[in-house]
Amino acid sequence: MTTPRRLKAADAVIIGYGWTGAILAKTLTDAGLHVVALERGPARDTSPDFEYPRIADELRYGIRGELWQPLASETVTVRHTVNDTAVPYRKYGSFVLGNGVGGAGVHWNGQLWRASPEDLRFRSHIEQRYGRHFIPPEMTVQDYPVSFAELEPHFDHFEKVCGVSGVAGNLRGTVRSVGNPFEGPRSDEFPTPPLPAIYAAQLFEKASAQLGYRSFPVPAANSSVAFTNPYGVRMGPCNLCGYCERFGCFLYSKASPQTAILPILADRPNLEVRTSTYVTRILQDSSKTRATGVVYIDENGQEFEQPADLVVLSAFQMHNVRLLLLSGIGTPYEPSTGKGVVGKNYAYQMFGVTTAFFGEEVQINPFIGAGAAGMRAIDDFNSDHYDHAKEGFVGGAVIYAGGTGGRPIEQMLLPHTVPRWGRAWKAAVRKHYRHSAPVTLMGTVMSYRDRYLSLDPTYTDKYGIPLLRITFDWHDNEYRMAAFTASKMEELVRQMKPESQATLLLKPGDHYDTRIYQSTHTTGGAIMGSNPSNSVINRYSQSWDLPNLFIYGASAFPQNVGYNPTGLLAGLAYFSAHELKSSYLKSPGPLVVS
Amino acid sequence: MDRRKFLLGSAPAVGLSALVSMGCERRTRAQDPYVPTYFRPTEWEFVQAAVSRLIPAEGGGPGGIEAGVPEFIDRQMELPYGHGAYFYLKGPFHPDSPAALGYQLRHTPRQIYRLGIEDANVTARQAHGIAFARLAPALQDQFLESMEKGVVRFPTLPAAALFTQLLENTKEGYFSDPIHGGNREMAAWRWIGFPGARADFTDWIDQAGTEYPYGPVSIGGVKT
Repeated sequence: MTTPRRLKAADAVIIGYGWTGAILAKTLTDAGLHVVALERGPARDTSPDFEYPRIADELRYGIRGELWQPLASETVTVRHTVNDTAVPYRKYGSFVLGNGVGGAGVHWNGQLWRASPEDLRFRSHIEQRYGRHFIPPEMTVQDYPVSFAELEPHFDHFEKVCGVSGVAGNLRGTVRSVGNPFEGPRSDEFPTPPLPAIYAAQLFEKASAQLGYRSFPVPAANSSVAFTNPYGVRMGPCNLCGYCERFGCFLYSKASPQTAILPILADRPNLEVRTSTYVTRILQDSSKTRATGVVYIDENGQEFEQPADLVVLSAFQMHNVRLLLLSGIGTPYEPSTGKGVVGKNYAYQMFGVTTAFFGEEVQINPFIGAGAAGMRAIDDFNSDHYDHAKEGFVGGAVIYAGGTGGRPIEQMLLPHTVPRWGRAWKAAVRKHYRHSAPVTLMGTVMSYRDRYLSLDPTYTDKYGIPLLRITFDWHDNEYRMAAFTASKMEELVRQMKPESQATLLLKPGDHYDTRIYQSTHTTGGAIMGSNPSNSVINRYSQSWDLPNLFIYGASAFPQNVGYNPTGLLAGLAYFSAHELKSSYLKSPGPLVVS
Repeated sequence: MDRRKFLLGSAPAVGLSALVSMGCERRTRAQDPYVPTYFRPTEWEFVQAAVSRLIPAEGGGPGGIEAGVPEFIDRQMELPYGHGAYFYLKGPFHPDSPAALGYQLRHTPRQIYRLGIEDANVTARQAHGIAFARLAPALQDQFLESMEKGVVRFPTLPAAALFTQLLENTKEGYFSDPIHGGNREMAAWRWIGFPGARADFTDWIDQAGTEYPYGPVSIGGVKT
């Protein structure tokens, strides 16, 4: 390949213009820096890209995935163990990758959770409560190098940016009679009140109360009222349209970079957004102590070098890790020795669902729903909110009720006894469609010595550059956690008094199945920690290797939490952004001495 | 070249979709039978026969044929989807990988149908002396079931690959917006009680548990 054309240097270059890219673009342009943001996908905005009625098209967006990264250009490979040959993730199933301005922040659900305080000091907490030997040796979990109290102001700020609807369960240390009693102390109420529960969630609320659990509104980045966020951006109320996750919001209700942050950046003269730019590597100086910029390919196939004093790596979790590996930054993780850190501690989430099938007199109206608003949850069996001493596993799951739109191609809920086709299937879709409701568990996945990310030795993207390889399967801890939390979920559904119910759950021996959508909550690979031997980045998301490289997203999570990741990763980004502004930009260099 | 082929071949997809949908929502089979663009006559017979068993006309509710599912599938074959544009199709291929690692064939949806239907008809002729489309409905059901379970062996493709493709596309054509050529007159939506592209339940937020009274609307603005 010819030498890339060298462009005029920028103060900072941002790789990936989704949530964390937008947060950092604001921070750095506020500080007066000249910023270039590189986004591999197209420009996208509410109008025209998410306009009604065109957006209300399940086939186009929900099934074909028009807003997702085209796998034909780049995908990942997957294998279950280190001894297997990985094969490509050729069609979408298990997770859906974002693409274009806004990234996956366009087509997410909007469940905006904080981590629990103990999630952030996980190893210390478990060892203190259950003893040093409770965590099995192959489980490579570690503490986040930052506490809940330190992140709290940044969680709070991001919730206001997103107009999150909900109700506080713990306000400044006082546990209230509403909200999530297990959450860490909030400094303030949610910016907008919760939407009323959809009917399935009402039945769940009642069942929870009867069983002695406290249900509460799922924190929803689906604004419930007209709202002006701290940046002066106006958001509209959610109407429970049913075209939420997998779609862009046509109502300016679901928070996305487009609806919450980008409007105030649009006219900034010190920000240049270049779409359809595919970054292939981050450049370092010859001593490998400094990032000097990036190389990217534009839509015409031309290669450019964009020099910059500061490099912000804010692509999706997997892409962050792949770019570090392709750029030779840091030491790749090696599972046989446990040495190296780049690619270490890949984790995911454990998923289960119990469907309640009611009689025809119970009008669930499944098409009324949003990605998060209108749902109700219990958090009794998540994190370390309950005693694990006798359970033989760590972690847990949030359990939530309510569907997101009853879109019939993807979300038709039928008893397991119904055949997949034929006359009986046709009769069953009519009988059950309007009268069925899902209750879902979304659980923690720990990190393990033999679960990691690396470059694939065989498969390449459309430019011939190696794909990222995932080595992942479930461990016993996760099967046990799932069985335990699913028993609680099934008990709750029984209490909702359906005619019948059916549970979908992974059991020991079931392998990770890439064909079934579970969640896009993939984590790790560029994790944060206390020192360079256990992590890629420090508590301020700064690379230990290259102090002018900052890495954002769920790639930072040392193990996964039982919550949607956006709240935590945005909190980490704002925490870092604050330190960048108040300290790093005044005196660039390592923010933590290693 | 007929008007539709001309449009599909030359117009940008976005501007075109509205035109095509207006046509297809008005058309009934009797007035203007759909002429497939991709499928050859024997393939078209297979698709129609298979769809009529996957979602039969018997019992209440629209069958797959009445709902226009074959037209939907044929139109999908002419779109980037049919050509495999949504999938990673670079080799090497390991079709014997664990099923949990997903689709590992080299074929686009068009190729799955082309090769798979030929396979199915060869196999049906060997077993019964006639093509799949000519079999009695009960035998067609048996044949589809053997494909679904992968117990029948096809000469080139795994039988389950054709079955999966067919069943996925059939349900897509049944339940997607009529703009794509299936779900004629929103019959499948009316059958199950899905209001389609209404996408506004503001005045229903406080009426949880009450039967929703309104019929579906489509992206093209048709109401029922």
